[in-house]
Amino acid sequence: MVEFALPKNSRITGGKVWPKPPGATEMREFKIYRWNPDDGKNPSVDTYYIDTHDCGPMVLDGLIWIKNHIDPTLTFRRSCREGVCGSCAMNIDGQNTLACTKSMHDVKDGAVKINPLPHQPVVKDLVPDLTNFYAQYASIEPWLKTTTPTPQREWRQSHEDREKLDGLYECILCACCSTSCPSYWWNSERFLGPAALLQATRWVTDSRDEATGERLDNLEDPFRLYRCHTIMNCAKACPKGLNPSEAIAELKLKMVERQV
Amino acid sequence: MSAPDAESVKSMRTPLGRVRNLGSSHSGTTDFWRQRITAVAMVLLMVPVIVVVMMLLGSNHAGAAQMLGSPLVAIILLLFIIASTWHMKIGMQVVIEDYVHHEPLKLAAIMANNFFCFAVALASIYAILKLASGV
Repeated sequence: MVEFALPKNSRITGGKVWPKPPGATEMREFKIYRWNPDDGKNPSVDTYYIDTHDCGPMVLDGLIWIKNHIDPTLTFRRSCREGVCGSCAMNIDGQNTLACTKSMHDVKDGAVKINPLPHQPVVKDLVPDLTNFYAQYASIEPWLKTTTPTPQREWRQSHEDREKLDGLYECILCACCSTSCPSYWWNSERFLGPAALLQATRWVTDSRDEATGERLDNLEDPFRLYRCHTIMNCAKACPKGLNPSEAIAELKLKMVERQV
Repeated sequence: MSAPDAESVKSMRTPLGRVRNLGSSHSGTTDFWRQRITAVAMVLLMVPVIVVVMMLLGSNHAGAAQMLGSPLVAIILLLFIIASTWHMKIGMQVVIEDYVHHEPLKLAAIMANNFFCFAVALASIYAILKLASGV
């Protein structure tokens, strides 16, 4: 059966309360998931206080402030700090999102609670192991596939056909959607998840691609595609405002269309 | 936040190999489409079925047999039974596939689900036909 409770070694126990920054007039409390693969202990939730006058407004600014001023061992991924790279995806205040585009002032009620993306193996602290997620992306073969000899110049596409990719091409593969999806939690080995399926829709929709049928063949499976029950957590979580649910519905429609 | 399960750690198969696994089954669309067809059918049949059931309330065996003697009433009920048990079978299978991961248990559950839904359907159809034919 599906495991509804966390395994024994993943259960959260205790946590350290780090000292408040001296001389700070205004502070914000952060409660952050910690787990170190090397110390053999269970995960914990540590409490930090940041000086809001010395720190940028975003949750990522807070994390960087903590790393610089309080605890250099705090581990998280970050890169572009402007919502383009998708590295700093994490669960903030119960919602998967990007730490760099989420303002800590939008988190109401006390502490800013931060956990790694749900239901993925943790590498350390807020860094999840996304190996399976990336392999699923690779499995949809996200590149242009054609049989027609490559033209001398670029593959041409009308403005109308290009517009059909809007709402699909913007995905940055941060994994916020897939890791918010209960179907993905229960069947992540077999269900491709909203991110990979949205990307699949992107290639199925591309007017220049000549492998549409093969792509649909590859997806037509009770687990790969049909585990999606339109729960819509993916659309709620997407920090880029995309709707993977709708993209998946499009795939299902095409599946029916080619057979009815 | 789960620890990687022991099997995937032990296996040296590449992540892509694991995702591709046994390949696509090229099925699922039929069930998906059938689930929609039966859902729409049930929406259409709901009102007539409620009317029939309300008219049947309080009537005895002879009264029920007389009502079901009407082909229209019998066919409405038969269609409803077929649509609902088919829908029930697909819906339950989805739930089993979602939550039961132990492979032999899953196969047994899917088999039991098929037996149960087929038995319910056949028993209901038999009952309707028996009343309708007045035997």
